[in-house]
Amino acid sequence: MPRFIAKRLASAILVMFTISVLVFLIFFATPGVNPASRIAGRSATPAVLRQVSKEFGLNRPLPIRYALMMYHLFIKQDLTSYVNIGDKIIPQITAAAPITLSLISGAVVIWLLVGTSAGIIAAKNKGKFIDPLVMFFGIAAISIPVYWLGEMVSLITQGGLHSSIFAWVPNGGYVSITQSPVEWFTHLIFPWFTLASLYAGIYARVLRGELINNMNEDYIRTARAKGLSERRILYRHALRCSMITIVSLFGLDVGVLVGGAALLTEVVFGLPGVGWLTYQGLTNLDLPLIMGCVMYGAFFVVLASAAVDVLYAYIDPRIRVVN
Amino acid sequence: MRDLSVSFATRRGVVQAVDGLSFDVQPKEVLGIVGESGSGKSVAMYSMLGLVRDANVRVSGSVLFEGREILGLTDTEMQSVRGGQVGMIFQDPMTALTPVYTVGWQIAEQLRAHNEMTKKQANERATELLAEVGIPDPKSRANHYPHEFSGGMRQRVVIAMALSCNPKLLIADEPTTALDVTTQAQILDLMGRLQATYGSSIVIITHDMGVIAEIAHRVVVMYAGRPAEIGPELDVVRAARHPYTWGLLGAVPRADVKTRRLVTIPGNAVSPLAVPAGCAFAPRCEYRMDICEQRPPLRGANDHLDACWLSDEQRLEIRSTATVRGES
Repeated sequence: MPRFIAKRLASAILVMFTISVLVFLIFFATPGVNPASRIAGRSATPAVLRQVSKEFGLNRPLPIRYALMMYHLFIKQDLTSYVNIGDKIIPQITAAAPITLSLISGAVVIWLLVGTSAGIIAAKNKGKFIDPLVMFFGIAAISIPVYWLGEMVSLITQGGLHSSIFAWVPNGGYVSITQSPVEWFTHLIFPWFTLASLYAGIYARVLRGELINNMNEDYIRTARAKGLSERRILYRHALRCSMITIVSLFGLDVGVLVGGAALLTEVVFGLPGVGWLTYQGLTNLDLPLIMGCVMYGAFFVVLASAAVDVLYAYIDPRIRVVN
Repeated sequence: MRDLSVSFATRRGVVQAVDGLSFDVQPKEVLGIVGESGSGKSVAMYSMLGLVRDANVRVSGSVLFEGREILGLTDTEMQSVRGGQVGMIFQDPMTALTPVYTVGWQIAEQLRAHNEMTKKQANERATELLAEVGIPDPKSRANHYPHEFSGGMRQRVVIAMALSCNPKLLIADEPTTALDVTTQAQILDLMGRLQATYGSSIVIITHDMGVIAEIAHRVVVMYAGRPAEIGPELDVVRAARHPYTWGLLGAVPRADVKTRRLVTIPGNAVSPLAVPAGCAFAPRCEYRMDICEQRPPLRGANDHLDACWLSDEQRLEIRSTATVRGES
């Protein structure tokens, strides 16, 4: 197992490196973009531009430029925003991270509960009416774009019903849990459901498929021949084997989300998380900010991928032997 | 079992998988059910225990287990029968065990499902059972996963599990088909010993007459879902009455006779969708007569029954001509 972990870590670092190179190339290869001015900030004086050129080695060969960029990003951590002159990137990202985590944690609880229950109900009642009904809602949830859903939700909560049922729903924004737990909750409850919908749909469909597949396996027939109750067979045997896929999927989903993939949800509800920050960077073509956010996101995706591989070996005993 | 019939409604029509199967199993007896693939032998036993989960299956007839009708019981009612009174061993040991639990856990699970036992007691008993079926170092092996065992070892685990609650009846569905010949001999030997120790009856399903000769007391020969011949093993093997049984026995390869071609029964196994109205074997039968267009009843004397229109005199004649021709 330790060798396996070491190998995964090594490949994770390799992937991170490749991503950083790619982002770097975009940075310097985007047409119509002057890297110097993009790094230095809007309305930078020629003197600043010259200094930036020197610091970032913009006249030097590509590998040197890359090395200097990485140095500024990771070691000196003094990359500043193009738009908001002087605002350092790294602190912005670290400030935004807890907001994203708050959003994700609530959504995770909801989508796991809803998705797995729906998947189990559909699989148990395969062929009966409730099965296609649940699957229909699942595919609807997957198909509805999250930005549309979020806007609709906001429209309802802030529109006509704002004076009555949804008076307590704030109009976007974020309140830290340390400031006011109640406010934190009311600001996040609808974003949670909106973000969870897509994943609940996916997980319900995947789990239903896995469960039905596994229920046809020989070992289920053995379990039945042992005299176990149908309930026990479903939960202890079929579900346990189906969870392997679900857990892998979950690890990757969470990794991607922590890295800022909840971008649309954050923007629609005005939550200044990492996704929101990335969105700001993209719309302003704020290259240092984009660079920082992408590396941040990439880090978590790679970390999650490696963690899932290790976890997979832990929960599926058959994988361990190979390693 | 009386008149068990199992049919499946399919898009291409009704498939009669089992058609009027009747037999008894005495305590401590080994009954062999032999037939080609598709003869309905496995389906019959699975339907008996309600293990056929197809929504399109129809099962009729009567199965009395120790005087109690078990056909048509609900799943909840069957739970005490399955595993507790009737143990089952399956054909493919590679897929018979749940991959994510240790073998000790799986045996203990069955023990605790039918007995009031603590986890500790169940685990200890599981280790004992593993030792009984010949798994070396059972205490540590109980904590291993199924994929860490070879096919033969896995089958032993399955046997241990099936016998864990001292069932009155053990059903073995082609337990050695997926194993090599040496392991096959070991497994059959093990089953024989365990049967003597536990005193359970065994119904062994197989396509191999050799296995029948090795272990069975009585035999049911099945063809196209129907019983072709039923009787004590020695009678069926030494003095078979049904031409199909002759074919099965003739088809056993012999090491002492030099043959260039293996003996086969001409034709193919009948498709369950197109079973003839009369004798199911007639199209392939060398001794076919006009009367075979009517389905022959299962009848006979001295416990040895057959479903064939041939009279005893006709059989004697056939046997003498066969001997002259040098066939056994």
